[in-house]
Amino acid sequence: MAQDAKYVTLSDANFTSEVLDSDQPVLVDFWATWCGPCRIIAPIIEELASEFEGKAKIGKLDVDHNPQSAMQFGVRSIPTLLFFKDGQVVDQLIGTAPKKVLAAKLEGLAGQPA
Amino acid sequence: MPINNNDMEGIDFSGAEHRRVTIIGTGPAGLTAAIYSARANLEPLVVQGPEPGGQLITTTDVENYPGFPDGILGPEMMQKFEQQAERFGADLRWGTVTSVDFSERPFKLVVDEEAPVLSDVVIVSTGASAMYLGLENESRLLGHGVSACATCDGAFFREQEVAIVGGGDTAMEEALFLTRFASKVYVIHRRGEFRASKIMQQRVMEHEKIEILWHTTVEDVLGDKLVEALVIKSVETGESRELPVEGFFVAIGHRPNTDIFAKYLERDETGYIQTKADSAHTNVDGVFACGDAQDHVYRQAITAAGTGCMAAIDAERWLADQE
Repeated sequence: MAQDAKYVTLSDANFTSEVLDSDQPVLVDFWATWCGPCRIIAPIIEELASEFEGKAKIGKLDVDHNPQSAMQFGVRSIPTLLFFKDGQVVDQLIGTAPKKVLAAKLEGLAGQPA
Repeated sequence: MPINNNDMEGIDFSGAEHRRVTIIGTGPAGLTAAIYSARANLEPLVVQGPEPGGQLITTTDVENYPGFPDGILGPEMMQKFEQQAERFGADLRWGTVTSVDFSERPFKLVVDEEAPVLSDVVIVSTGASAMYLGLENESRLLGHGVSACATCDGAFFREQEVAIVGGGDTAMEEALFLTRFASKVYVIHRRGEFRASKIMQQRVMEHEKIEILWHTTVEDVLGDKLVEALVIKSVETGESRELPVEGFFVAIGHRPNTDIFAKYLERDETGYIQTKADSAHTNVDGVFACGDAQDHVYRQAITAAGTGCMAAIDAERWLADQE
């Protein structure tokens, strides 16, 4: 576990307040402990959380313990990365993706005027 | 298949790092080559690729890799391979080789479309990726009920009915894995017998949650936002019908990841790199291939590791001969 992990640990309980009501763009990483590819991208997610601090929020949602949020957004595969802006899903990536691709998408969202 | 390996223009190789050995891919073949090359003091650069660890990252128990009498989880096994490579000094690096130029030495590689690397030797261990049927709705609903990885996504289908198409060991393993979650698993196969290993076939045929649909093909996937049904067709009668399911898993085989080498390396008609008999040499001197990228016959972790070792030893000897 990284010390001072900058990402937000999401749950069914805080999903609305942390993601849908956020004034920043949010990248949500839907993952689970038994998912090998999720572990591959975990360090990338942590790096993005640090690098985009203040500009975009990065959250991780464990689907095993929070099935409602996964169902709500039709997530049926992990890792799934959903990009939220103003409470809406504006982009998605199914499966692993290189850091460059994720950073570029965040850059695009964070750079747009509110 | 579109070939995208001509984009060397615009990338400046004058200041590029120059390695003795670069290994592309980190499944059992690449990581074994890494261990051997590192121990030969060749300081290999090992580019992880889009799926570090390879196909075993998405399996559960590996029961047939020698040395593990109680079996071992795929991801755990690959972690051990990785640790071993790092112990001897292999330089494991995130990134994907997006284009290569093997027309002259040192060979040129581009990582992530921007980082140039020069290398005296290249070991290709890019493995193979899951094939899809190629249906439009299949790709539209990917991640929303369509999947090529039961171990990754099976948990989303608790108490639901799912279907899997395929007839090899992967299809058998995935079908059995899905029974842990699904209330029913249809195994759809276009022929009348599986090509999987006997022990796996038996387990599938004896499982009470599994129903096999022989001589059947999948013609379409139905559903608005999530998978709702498949359109299946009988090969014998030609009749189609709908099969309501909420999950559709594709396990029809793998395709070697070798398109970026098409211009330089001889491949067979399905894309497997051709190597000279009893070696890892390709048609290009100094380029070696191992693992599923060149093996369409055995495709086991142990044979991949074996050919990875061969590639590293072939490379070491070839380098010595150049001096």
